[in-house]
Amino acid sequence: MDVKDTNKLVFPGQVHETSDGGILVTKLDDVINWARANSLWPLVFGTSCCAIEMMSAADARHDWSRFGFEVARATPRQADLIIVAGTIVMKMAPVLKRLYDQMPDPKYVIAMGACTISGGPFFYNTYSVVKGVDHVIPVDVYIPGCPPRPEALLHALITLQEKIKHETYFKKKDDKK
Amino acid sequence: MNNDELKEAITALLPTVTFDETGEFLNALIGSEDLLPLMKALRSQTELHFDYLFCLTCVDWKDHLMMVYHLLSKDHKHTVVVKAKITDTKNPEIEAVTGIWKTANFHEREVYDLFGVKFKNHPDMRRILLDEDWPGYPLRKNYVDENMISL
Repeated sequence: MDVKDTNKLVFPGQVHETSDGGILVTKLDDVINWARANSLWPLVFGTSCCAIEMMSAADARHDWSRFGFEVARATPRQADLIIVAGTIVMKMAPVLKRLYDQMPDPKYVIAMGACTISGGPFFYNTYSVVKGVDHVIPVDVYIPGCPPRPEALLHALITLQEKIKHETYFKKKDDKK
Repeated sequence: MNNDELKEAITALLPTVTFDETGEFLNALIGSEDLLPLMKALRSQTELHFDYLFCLTCVDWKDHLMMVYHLLSKDHKHTVVVKAKITDTKNPEIEAVTGIWKTANFHEREVYDLFGVKFKNHPDMRRILLDEDWPGYPLRKNYVDENMISL
């Protein structure tokens, strides 16, 4: 797994020590991204076998809390991240959309496994299956696999952190060109 | 009872019945209009006493629909499969057996949901798995879904 230096919990800025405390020099973008990326709270959401691998990623053996994901939330109101783990059927799609809409911004989506990417290796040509979760909600990171191993999920989570660390909020309009 | 004795007993109940013994179980083939009286007799007669309906499903043969009922007697340890032919594929109808075996309730709702067979005298005839406003019946051979890849 390719874990870059930026994944270390290094504060993005300099602290200048003074006699009565210190002065902090940094960029607001960097601080916000640093804080967001290292405390992503995933929603407890799983619809089939990928959810078992997601639980494995959370357990002591793989321990995703090493990277800041331990606070799995049972309510979308407190979650930043939804890991869509498993087949989404037509009947589930409006529920998933509602869960996504209930999450506060900024919010991120990981599509875990073949079913969420394309409908799956077995059920893609069925009346009841949504052929890719990106028909319902926007996806940030896709993980292929059936199901992906916990290491793959950890890689996706770290990839998402990388993505968040390169977001910008306070650029001037002219800069965006 | 063995299969020959079962055949005799069922023929006595319904003379028009035909049998097929090519499968695992004895198959009794009947028309959909004969279903309810035969099923009632299979359930109630002490020497038959089919007290357990362990499978209820439907098969779409394009020109007709075939309702399939797997019956078992826990006392006598004998099994029979009753197959009822529904010839009207446009508006398929058959009597419900929910009044005889309560387990048929959800199974018949599932068959209604996926095949569109309407069960007469069913206590709660509505879809069980799909959304209530779902168009069509997905397990029918003539079902068209434009999102599906045609093979």
